[in-house]
Amino acid sequence: MNINLTLISQAVAFALFIWFTVKFVWPPLRTAIDNRQKTIAEGLEAAERGKHDLELASRRSAEVLRETKEKSTDILAQAERRGQQIIEEAKAAARVEADKVVASAKAEIDQEAERAKQALRERVAELAVAGAEKILRREVNVAAHNDMLAALKQEF
Amino acid sequence: MSAAETTLTPTSYIGHHLSFLQKPFGTGDFWVLNVDTLAVSIFLGVISFGFLWWVVRGATAGVPGRRQALVELLIEFVDDQVKGIFHGERHSFVAPAALTVFVWVLMMNAMDFLPIDWMTAFYEHTFGVSHFRGVPTADVNTTFALALAVWFLMIFYNIKIKGLGGWIHELFCAPFGSHPLLWPANLLLNIVEYVSKPLSHSLRLFGNMYAGEIIFMLLGLWAATGIAGTVFGALLGVGWAIFHILIVVLQAFIFMMLTVVYLSMAHESH
Repeated sequence: MNINLTLISQAVAFALFIWFTVKFVWPPLRTAIDNRQKTIAEGLEAAERGKHDLELASRRSAEVLRETKEKSTDILAQAERRGQQIIEEAKAAARVEADKVVASAKAEIDQEAERAKQALRERVAELAVAGAEKILRREVNVAAHNDMLAALKQEF
Repeated sequence: MSAAETTLTPTSYIGHHLSFLQKPFGTGDFWVLNVDTLAVSIFLGVISFGFLWWVVRGATAGVPGRRQALVELLIEFVDDQVKGIFHGERHSFVAPAALTVFVWVLMMNAMDFLPIDWMTAFYEHTFGVSHFRGVPTADVNTTFALALAVWFLMIFYNIKIKGLGGWIHELFCAPFGSHPLLWPANLLLNIVEYVSKPLSHSLRLFGNMYAGEIIFMLLGLWAATGIAGTVFGALLGVGWAIFHILIVVLQAFIFMMLTVVYLSMAHESH
């Protein structure tokens, strides 16, 4: 193991190789790795943001769904109430109408009956007269009647 | 294979494998270049950093391909380690330097996986060289070069961050306190620390890789005892190679971590 000129030549070679690595090997790869790390970090951040957004959106959609459900339940209840109301109204209107119809029918019937009574009354008089005529035709005693008529004449 | 030659002794076998391909550049022991260490380490550095460069040039910030994913895995691993130790702007120097250390040392250590005798034959027949050591980190010059470079960087950052005065103040006043009576003790401890850091840094790696190589050679010697010995040696070699995977990666990792720790300590004031 003799120390000789090789020591100096190796040191020079070493210096040159260090210089070469410092100058040409290290920087390009460091840049590439740094850039990639940045890209990955950005990607991860974007993914995180996306996840957060998704969570927000799903929470929002759940809320909207719940609201909609509530609203639809409300609407259904309202509709049912309204339906009930309409039925009630219709029933009431129908009842009123029916009453009216019944009343008018009753009035007509009364009127009709009155008219019939009137007619009958008129017919009764006629019948009475006709009957009376028939009776009279059979039983007229001119003498007796003349007395009566005469008495009547007297009275005037 | 070489064990079949009659003139070969265990000493010459190991000595052969431990000889560098050297080229003198002047007189004296110092002015010699280990051509094998330098060639293999530069070759490995060029193909590994060339590969990294080729991949990162087409790097996309989108979905990465398999090649890019592999390189990213490596870079992220190193960056994570640095992030845990070094608190400052790491991308401009410390982290890429740690990557350089880890990749280069790992590749140089991994040369140990190549079968030592085959590689010797390969170098001999391809390049016509009789001596060639293929594991640059088993050469103390390499580990010292790296450790000393880190050491100088450490001093450079100490002065850059704290100023020359601040650094000298720290040499005298840390770790025990700023009382003048404590100055010698502080300085002594700091000197010991500054000497021991590059020594332990470099010798740990060198020792592990050198010992690994030696053990492969010793196991290779079993081939000299015949067929049964060859098979036995091969089995032991497999076991050691599997264990060596751990050592190779671990030592590269430790070397990188210590580099980061030393540079990080230089950035922190006491």
